[in-house]
Amino acid sequence: MSDAFARLDRRARGLLARVRGRNLVIGIPYLWLLLFFVVPFLIVFKISFSEVRLAMPPYAPLFEQAADGSRMVAIFNLGNYGYLLTDSLYFSTFLYSLKVAAVSTLLCLLIGYPMAYAIARARESTRNLLLMLIMLPFWTSFLLRVYAWVGLLKTDGVINNALLAAGLIDQPLSLLYTDFAVYVGIVYSYLPFMILPLYSNLEKHDLTLLEAAADLGARPVTTFLRVTLPLSLPGVVAGCLLVFIPAVGEYVIPSLLGRSDQLMIGRVLSDEFFANRDWPVASAVAIVLLVVLLAPIMLFQRYQNRELEAARR
Amino acid sequence: MINVPVRAAAAVLIAFTLAACSGKPAADKSAEATANAPEEKVLNVYNWSDYIEPGVIAAFTKETGIKVNYDVFDSNEMLETKLLAGNTGYDLVVPSGSFLYRQIKAGVHSTLDKSQLSNLGNADPAIAGRVAKAFDTDNAHSVNYMWGTSGVGYNVKKIKERMPNAPVDSFAMFYDPKIVSKFADCGVMLLDAPSEVLGTVLIYLGKDANSEKPEDLAAAEKVLLSVRKYIRNFNSSAYIEALANGEACLALGWSGDVLQAKSRAESAKNGVEISYNVPKEGAVMFFDQLAIPKDAKHPKNAHLFINYLLRADVAAKNSNFIQYANGNAASKSMIDASVTGNPNVYPSEAMMQKLVPDLPESPEFNRLLTRSWTRVKTGQ
Repeated sequence: MSDAFARLDRRARGLLARVRGRNLVIGIPYLWLLLFFVVPFLIVFKISFSEVRLAMPPYAPLFEQAADGSRMVAIFNLGNYGYLLTDSLYFSTFLYSLKVAAVSTLLCLLIGYPMAYAIARARESTRNLLLMLIMLPFWTSFLLRVYAWVGLLKTDGVINNALLAAGLIDQPLSLLYTDFAVYVGIVYSYLPFMILPLYSNLEKHDLTLLEAAADLGARPVTTFLRVTLPLSLPGVVAGCLLVFIPAVGEYVIPSLLGRSDQLMIGRVLSDEFFANRDWPVASAVAIVLLVVLLAPIMLFQRYQNRELEAARR
Repeated sequence: MINVPVRAAAAVLIAFTLAACSGKPAADKSAEATANAPEEKVLNVYNWSDYIEPGVIAAFTKETGIKVNYDVFDSNEMLETKLLAGNTGYDLVVPSGSFLYRQIKAGVHSTLDKSQLSNLGNADPAIAGRVAKAFDTDNAHSVNYMWGTSGVGYNVKKIKERMPNAPVDSFAMFYDPKIVSKFADCGVMLLDAPSEVLGTVLIYLGKDANSEKPEDLAAAEKVLLSVRKYIRNFNSSAYIEALANGEACLALGWSGDVLQAKSRAESAKNGVEISYNVPKEGAVMFFDQLAIPKDAKHPKNAHLFINYLLRADVAAKNSNFIQYANGNAASKSMIDASVTGNPNVYPSEAMMQKLVPDLPESPEFNRLLTRSWTRVKTGQ
């Protein structure tokens, strides 16, 4: 009897230890998310309902004493969100940011897909070299690389001088401070984020599927469209999200390369914060931006869940 | 099973929030504790870019053994955002008058211990008086470092080529579309300082530079929009280099900055001749004030440094180099005649009467102003 109990006890302890170990492992990323995403988000969310005050920090606390000093009142001000609706500046910059991010993502996909495909189909030995080449630019500071584009694109910059010397143009082109320059900057900076997830997907494809398709009479284009492309969709989605999301809120690239007459939302956010010193409105802009970005992330999540379920079946 | 990590995480969240809430008093206590302790020999200074004679810091360190960490900014807005967030780590900052006023109201700056400032007697009572009247009652929180005007900086040759009789001593250079359009091809720049630029437009329109009437703002915005397409960009520091190397030919800039561009061009021997004029209509006058944030960790060292900057020979050295007028009466005899004799640095008494300080604006007007400024910059 006691023997059975001891066995049961041992088994229960083992289970407990296992559960604890697993929780610990799961707990770390949860804790990470909590500390570096949920907590900052809640703080920003709280500030977005506050009012500007000339104080340190420059917004009203969540609770403060009523004017007569008798009780505590909560400050809850929806006006910051209302303000975003009344001023067309915010809507037009949001729209412009989404446009820039969407076009850049598409360009990254069109350029990145063939590159990822080529790398995935290259010989094993060259594959690593090619991947190295993709990642090598990361060894230089991002800011420096964007600054380099200023030198390349400016009126008396490398590109214009080369074109002038070659006699292809007789007036320098205005390349810098245009939408074109912003696209160049974003596509250049974010291309690796498109290539890497695509590569890791394409590399895993079973090549015998292509042979089977060919045996059944499919031409290369058909094989690509009906076998490779559908199989690579998770990679496409992941790559697009990795480019699109940071591109929407991009601040540095449009500031250095972009037009001065069309702001992106990242710039508006920084202006609210630094020039207006209006933290509540800046927070409201940030929250709206997050909500706008959440939509594609949730779509991706649902897509992924469906994939997982399909794989299980 | 997920419950356990979630619960643990919730506990951490609560602990974190509590720590965040109680963070402030703890910091206050530590500040009190260090007030009486001897300070480490370090001083963190946050000053405007290109705003000190480089040898001055080394000389101060040699004399006192205090190591100076010298950091620079180029916009009052940037400085204020940092100050309002708190815990900047800076011991000495240099906000301009109207910004100082707001920061004092917000409780950013500590009152100066004047017993530690033996050289305060060198200060120019006329300048200190103007500051006390407009921004800092009794000069309790700040000492004037430099003052100046915003006016017309220009490339003499390029302007003459394009318009021999250009009104180089008038705001019409920027705000009359018929005139400024002639210089669009050689580069026109405006300061990125909304309230100050607004002040200059209002002076040009013959209105009160510190008006907060919405219709005055609208009139000024109309003027700025009408010349927007001739303006290459808005910035508050890069124009020094741009004027000096000939990339820009006309800039609404700060007096000393333009004169620094002039000396840079002279020493580069690139054939660029830069000049600066205080506009005849009058000008916006700014005061850059030395102040010590309340959360400064080395307030004694900061006082020592202010006192050092107040020494007549040091103030003269700085003014000779950066070509700004200082608020130090005792130093005036030691400053080069080319600086003191320049009516565009030390204006005549008649012109002094026409200079208006950039007074602090109300928060409501500030919002209207920055929004209007965004419209101007984006040309919409």
